[in-house]
Amino acid sequence: MIPAIQVDQVVKRYGGLTALAGVSLQIEQGEFFGLLGPNGAGKTTLISILAGLNIATSGSTSVMGYDVVRDYRGARRALGVVPQELVFDPFFTVREALTIQSGYFGLRDNDAWIDELLDCLDLNDKADTNMRQLSGGMKRRVLIGQALVHKPPVIVLDEPTAGVDVELRQSLWQFIRRLNQDGHTIVLTTHYLEEAEALCGRIAMLKQGEIVANDTTQNLLKRFSGCQVNLKLAPPGLPAALQYLLAHGGGEDCRLALDSYDGVEQVLATLRSAGVGVLEMEVAHPDLEEVFVKIMNH
Amino acid sequence: MSAEFKQPETIARAGALTGFYTLFYKEWLRFWKVNIQTVLAPVLSALLFLLVFGHTLRNTGEPYPGVGYSAFLAPGLAMMSILQNAFANSSSSLMQSKMTGNIIFVLLPPLSHREFFFAYLLAAIARGLVCGAGVLLCTVWFVELRCEHPLWVAVFALLGSAIMGVLGIIAGLQSSKVDELAAFQNFIILPLTFLSGVFYSMYSLPPFWQKLSHLNPFFYIVDGFRYGFFGVGDVSPWLSAVVVAVCLLVLSMLTLWLVKTGYKMRH
Repeated sequence: MIPAIQVDQVVKRYGGLTALAGVSLQIEQGEFFGLLGPNGAGKTTLISILAGLNIATSGSTSVMGYDVVRDYRGARRALGVVPQELVFDPFFTVREALTIQSGYFGLRDNDAWIDELLDCLDLNDKADTNMRQLSGGMKRRVLIGQALVHKPPVIVLDEPTAGVDVELRQSLWQFIRRLNQDGHTIVLTTHYLEEAEALCGRIAMLKQGEIVANDTTQNLLKRFSGCQVNLKLAPPGLPAALQYLLAHGGGEDCRLALDSYDGVEQVLATLRSAGVGVLEMEVAHPDLEEVFVKIMNH
Repeated sequence: MSAEFKQPETIARAGALTGFYTLFYKEWLRFWKVNIQTVLAPVLSALLFLLVFGHTLRNTGEPYPGVGYSAFLAPGLAMMSILQNAFANSSSSLMQSKMTGNIIFVLLPPLSHREFFFAYLLAAIARGLVCGAGVLLCTVWFVELRCEHPLWVAVFALLGSAIMGVLGIIAGLQSSKVDELAAFQNFIILPLTFLSGVFYSMYSLPPFWQKLSHLNPFFYIVDGFRYGFFGVGDVSPWLSAVVVAVCLLVLSMLTLWLVKTGYKMRH
């Protein structure tokens, strides 16, 4: 099967600044893919190259098998992009904005689909409202509608929930999850790592223009994150033999950082042999934030 | 966000020219929705010029035999309106889109550089012609205007609005701030327009300035347009048409290349 997105050795330089330093990436059709990285890592640059908004210095990029430069018409028809910035055209209503965007993609008589989009995005009662009069959350929904108006198989969402309230964020994620279930390939960038962890099947992390991790979410969590054990101990507290595992606290109230769950048994055995009773114990699950921090600080 | 989302269809086949037509229509709507500002205001300005200059300079003699100053002035003012509004349409639309970021709505779809160029150009021509027609329709109430060669009037109205539409695209691409566009407008377009013979015949100027006027392509546009009305001009309408057409062709080729390379749009 043709990959939804193929990125080969893409380099992007702005004068002396290297924004992307030979990035290669393949995203399969139907994936929910996360692209993570700190500010300035090159995420938006990569997305802009995919969308044809930026031109790569070298390397090649394709969407659904269409090269974004040579076969730009095919590539752009296959791609819907929800930009990070809340941009809108103040001259038009919501319905006009969607109809115009549809026309740009060569689609006439697309009203049935536009009605369905308005319905899906809870914008029915705002269809004839000027874009200027919408709240930030509603503008964000219109941007999603504009990205979907030509039914693209690949959808890129560049921080779609930045500055969005919790309720709208939840409903947006439900909607996007359903898009993925219906067969769309989703590429997501976000700073909300718990959301990326919950939604994305695979994640790539960018740092200073290079991919420093690219694996399934589960593998990343296993590979880079051990577990943490929070302990409340009977006196005399943590024995000297376990001091090297101490991550936080000390004595009778401490947190130990272990490489894996296998280490829990060894900790308990050491406590037993030292005659220290365990009053409370909690094993904390690894999370993506911890993995992210480890990788970025590596 | 409750309704079912349908399974996506295969990538839609684009209707021929639909993208181009949509972009043109969007640009048309953009100025027509605010026609008080984009059409009525320029027409009113031209009428004020006609009334004030026509009245104060009515005794300066006939610029052409049998043509009074007000009648002489009317086509010039109509062309000035055509030129300034055609320029304003493409330049302000592009500059504002770049400034606000909504240019991405045009850059993300599969529009070719030709579709992009011709849609902006056609919309600029449309606004120029609407304003020019508005000025002429209003001036016939105040001056007696004959039209000896309607075809030349149409040719120079089209060439004039087209050349300014193209210059507007260049200015819009070049400018990323309001003051950059204002500089282009105030230091290039406005002097060339005012010194193009809108308010005077070239033969009323000293010899040096007459020669200098020949270097101003806008002079040929105004003179050719006026020839269409009175059957008399400072130079042959054929010469004017060739000069303007060559300028239009060169500027169009340059602009098409700029759009194709994504100049100041695709980084």
